[in-house]
Amino acid sequence: MHDFLRREILFLRRPLNLTSRVLLLLAAGALAAAIFLPLWKIHLVAPQYREGLALHIFSHKLVGGNGGQDLHEINTLNHYIGMRTLSQADFAEMTWMPFALGGFCLLALRAAVIGRMATILDLGVLFLYFTAFSLGNFYYRLYTYGHSLDPRAPMTIEPFTPVMLGSQKIANFVQTSLPQSGGYMLGVFIALVVAAMWCSRKELP
Amino acid sequence: MKKSLLITASLATALLPFSGCNPPGQKSAGNTQAAGAGSPAARTYVAPGDKDEYYLFYSGGHSGQVYVAGIPSMRHISTIPVFAPYPATGYGFDEETKKMLGDYSWGDVHHPGLSKKDGLYDGRFLFVNDNANNRLARISLTDFKTHQILGPIPNSSGNHGSSFVTENTEYVLVASRFSVPLPKGRYADPKDYEKEFNGMVSGIKVDPQSGEMSVGWQILTPPFDWDLGSTGKGPSDGWAFWTSYNTEMAHETLEATSTQGERDYAAVVNWRAAEVAVKEGKITLLDGVPVIDPAKVPGVLYFLPIPKSPHGIDTDPSGRWIAAGGKLQPVASVFDFNKILAAIEKKDFESEFRGVPVIRYESVLEGSVPVGLGPLHTQFDGRGNAYTSLYIESVVTKWKLPPWTAEEKADLNKVVLDKIDVHYNIGHLVVGGSDTKKPYGDYLVAMNKLSKGRHLSVGPSQPESSQLIDVTGEKMSMLYEAFTEPEPHFAQIIKAETVNAIEVYPRIDNKHPHAVWEAKDTGVVRDGNKVEVKMMAIRSRFIPDRIDVQEGDELTIHITNVEQTTDMIHGIGIVEQNMNVVIDPGETKTLKIKMTKTGVFPFYCTNFCSALHQEMQGYLTVKPAPQTASK
Repeated sequence: MHDFLRREILFLRRPLNLTSRVLLLLAAGALAAAIFLPLWKIHLVAPQYREGLALHIFSHKLVGGNGGQDLHEINTLNHYIGMRTLSQADFAEMTWMPFALGGFCLLALRAAVIGRMATILDLGVLFLYFTAFSLGNFYYRLYTYGHSLDPRAPMTIEPFTPVMLGSQKIANFVQTSLPQSGGYMLGVFIALVVAAMWCSRKELP
Repeated sequence: MKKSLLITASLATALLPFSGCNPPGQKSAGNTQAAGAGSPAARTYVAPGDKDEYYLFYSGGHSGQVYVAGIPSMRHISTIPVFAPYPATGYGFDEETKKMLGDYSWGDVHHPGLSKKDGLYDGRFLFVNDNANNRLARISLTDFKTHQILGPIPNSSGNHGSSFVTENTEYVLVASRFSVPLPKGRYADPKDYEKEFNGMVSGIKVDPQSGEMSVGWQILTPPFDWDLGSTGKGPSDGWAFWTSYNTEMAHETLEATSTQGERDYAAVVNWRAAEVAVKEGKITLLDGVPVIDPAKVPGVLYFLPIPKSPHGIDTDPSGRWIAAGGKLQPVASVFDFNKILAAIEKKDFESEFRGVPVIRYESVLEGSVPVGLGPLHTQFDGRGNAYTSLYIESVVTKWKLPPWTAEEKADLNKVVLDKIDVHYNIGHLVVGGSDTKKPYGDYLVAMNKLSKGRHLSVGPSQPESSQLIDVTGEKMSMLYEAFTEPEPHFAQIIKAETVNAIEVYPRIDNKHPHAVWEAKDTGVVRDGNKVEVKMMAIRSRFIPDRIDVQEGDELTIHITNVEQTTDMIHGIGIVEQNMNVVIDPGETKTLKIKMTKTGVFPFYCTNFCSALHQEMQGYLTVKPAPQTASK
């Protein structure tokens, strides 16, 4: 046990070599891009909507496909099953999420400048927490929309949770939900941070 | 919506056992000659979900409408209402279209003309004429709706000789079929026809941006009964031509009296010269229109004698050859426009009529092609071939345009290449793009006046027949036959990709002052006995769905279809109020009703919209007027 703690302290004191620092700069760049790129896309396809209805989720906005029209259309359809109107104003996340991502961007830059393994660990832990919270929150949102259906709606359907990753059939629609470029950037960020740690794992303090 | 789908799915399943045993069309599918690869059936088959290659815009004749079909399937796709109310799209019920129709509830559409740029179709507008009430309409190919009806055009009666569009849509040119005493409204005895009656050629100016039409100028003519025409292009750009069938100036029993002369005069009009004459003020105003007297302004109008009671006069894609159908003589007369110009230059005139020079026929005739009996109209494929419709023979004749070899010239039977039977009594025919510089040259549609037993019997009121003919080969080949309601005269064909139609009206482009997009902005406002409603239609409700008025009130409803989805069309039909307005996605329409009856009048969505379409309804309540109630 003592030995493990010693090794841990040693590890946290390791300085970052040039490769790791460059990787951290790239990670900061990936995250900065994620602020502006679409994170997730929900796509609904039915026989009479062959080209599908798309919902693009950004860190700061909710955009319907077809010049925003698809959001209106989804809401119009959803009123038949009593689902609440999807509206950007209801997503408080979208006000703070870009700033949170910006904060992580700064933390990554900080780690690159300070050049200590400990700072990467701070960054990694906080970011994992942030990611887990965001995904959990996303799931909770989907669950809530699918479960708080107005009982006075014209059509009664079993409460459901729209799928977060993958496809499922809801009535006549096939709903597909997949990460987009911004979402992939979050993954790239994590990979780069891990790589930065890996590359300096043997640097002498 | 979801519900309706489930219902459809279960219906389809229920029907499966029936559709499985005997495939529709099996009888003809078994005939390999008719259905094999490369067969007419294969060439006209457009599979479910696939689209046609061309639009075909038929004039609807005295239906007052325009029919849209696809080529090669010949399927009727839609009807564009123009001169007559059409409840299917609510045309003629809302205030805007009511105003456009004015005092008339019918028209007689004859010759659709597509707008052009540099002598090619630009896919912007379709112009159609009303032979009956002397009007001209403009249909936008952005939304396939009638946007303007101009007329009745002053000083012009019997708007048959149109709609001929100039090379860059500067003008739609019009000539009058029925001469009347001018200005209109003046009485004269038809016995004094020659002296008191006049015809007119009109230049209808088209705004290059908006397409808005206005009467530019007119050229006064003798009362000849102008017939069909065409505009020039290339060397003949700036010119237009019309035949006439009553140079005799007969005014009774025209059948006999107007067919006595060997030749009738065609009009050869220099419309650019007319434009200049108007600029130079060489006009008199008649009923508010600048009118040119061709006797006083030389160079604007010439006459050209053509045998015999001719009908069509068509300019070929090069703009040099002009073919006129002799109707009562079995030839198509071909004129060389270069020779016409030279004759005008040299003043090679055979006479003068009312101050208008008559070009010497022999000097400008290239040849008379023996096409057959009753030649009417000629179309061109852009490969040097012409196709003339023969009414009496029920045939389309393919022949070769000049230049001809000396041998061919010696016997013009040699330039007649092919004949194909059509059923029956063909009037117009159309080759896609024939009136442009570059015809598509693959399909020809023959529009036959009589369908006589070619279809399932529908009683004495018979449809017309149109036949699709492939003209790509040396010999013409019959592909398909379709039937239309009365009565296509001419048609236009345009490549589908040249037309860019919208499918919803974008909300941001809706400039209607009373449009409402949210429930909170809807409402009813009363001002004296005027009740104004701002209503919205959305799946599956009207907001508001209750309107309370009193007898004697004047009710105005501005209804906005707030949908932005293709084909999410709503209608509002008001029971026993003779009202049905149909609103396309993103559109706002205004309807007005004078409340003369008391009671409760349900209103409902007339255009099937969604699973709960049936529930989309409301009530208009009309209380007795207060004074009536107190009695």
